[in-house]
Amino acid sequence: MNTHYTATAKTLHWLMAVLLLGTLSVGWYMTDLALSPLKLQLYSWHKWAGVTAWWLLLLRLIWRHRHPPPPLPDTMPAMQQTLAHAGHLLLYLLMFSIPVSGWLMSSAKGFQTVYFGVLPLPDVIEKSESVADMLGNLHGLLNLLLLAVLAAHIAAALKHHFIDRDAILRRMLPNFGKKIS
Amino acid sequence: MKKALFTVLFSSVVASAAYAAPYTQIDSSKSRVEFGYRQMGVGMQGHFKRVQAQLQLDPAQPQSAKAQIDIDLNSIDTGSAEANQEVAGKAWFDSKTYPTARFISKEVKAVGPQQYQVSGTLTIKGRSQPIVAAASLTPQGNQALIKGKFRFKRSDFAIGEGVWANFDTVANEIDVQFQFLAK
Repeated sequence: MNTHYTATAKTLHWLMAVLLLGTLSVGWYMTDLALSPLKLQLYSWHKWAGVTAWWLLLLRLIWRHRHPPPPLPDTMPAMQQTLAHAGHLLLYLLMFSIPVSGWLMSSAKGFQTVYFGVLPLPDVIEKSESVADMLGNLHGLLNLLLLAVLAAHIAAALKHHFIDRDAILRRMLPNFGKKIS
Repeated sequence: MKKALFTVLFSSVVASAAYAAPYTQIDSSKSRVEFGYRQMGVGMQGHFKRVQAQLQLDPAQPQSAKAQIDIDLNSIDTGSAEANQEVAGKAWFDSKTYPTARFISKEVKAVGPQQYQVSGTLTIKGRSQPIVAAASLTPQGNQALIKGKFRFKRSDFAIGEGVWANFDTVANEIDVQFQFLAK
């Protein structure tokens, strides 16, 4: 039985890890900037990165469906396994809903999202200041929740590696040519 | 009999004169000046809320029409409060010093049925440039609807200086669409 994630799953995981942290940092930084060309550029890049993350997520979900992840080891108590699955489910839900809330917020603010300045995403809701404020708050809250769940995700991986000394973290790391047992 | 004929003639002259009276002003509530531009490749729209005009427009002879149009730059609505504040600043319209954009017509050429080419001078931020607008004139009862558009380059008027002077984020071309109800 496979104890490692597939190379594709690992690539998508780490690609998205970098992309999400980058997008989150830019998003955090850009909102308080005074209006400038840089601010407009950062907003566009942030939106493009968000759309990219959402496409990658779909790809990842399809891949996960066809290549189920290795099961959690029996050494993990049932409660921990349930928590792990719930945490992952929450991460997927957030990775799905955060870009959607950003896209909708953008429409409500009256700024259409145009992927890489080329592919316009439809404005499915109309411009409205109150709706934009509401979606802005939602986008922010979902991101705070994502940060919290990510912190737990990373802490859990490190705990598995350094305290439980099991293979949970290693199964998401590159093999570096080692033979998979 | 003579008197009756005179009355008929006189009243018809008065009536036709009244009908052909040149338009001298616009109904501001039914007039709009909108603008469109591209920002990071995304089409944006805005408009000005206050516009005034002085006209000398004889619907029977539109080619001899004259117009002065004044746009209150402080009435701009770019779509976001942040941008409205930004464009009032020195780098953009500097609307404290230059509160008005003014167009003065020079020549009106007929180019088709109810279609005209209006050339004139546009002055924004102390800079004057010739522009040519395509316009149509549609009679509406005793009023007339003037619709038209033109394109200009914001760099010709120093709209967006300093960090905004290159066109990577905000494009140089500005499309203006106007609609005036002349009365």
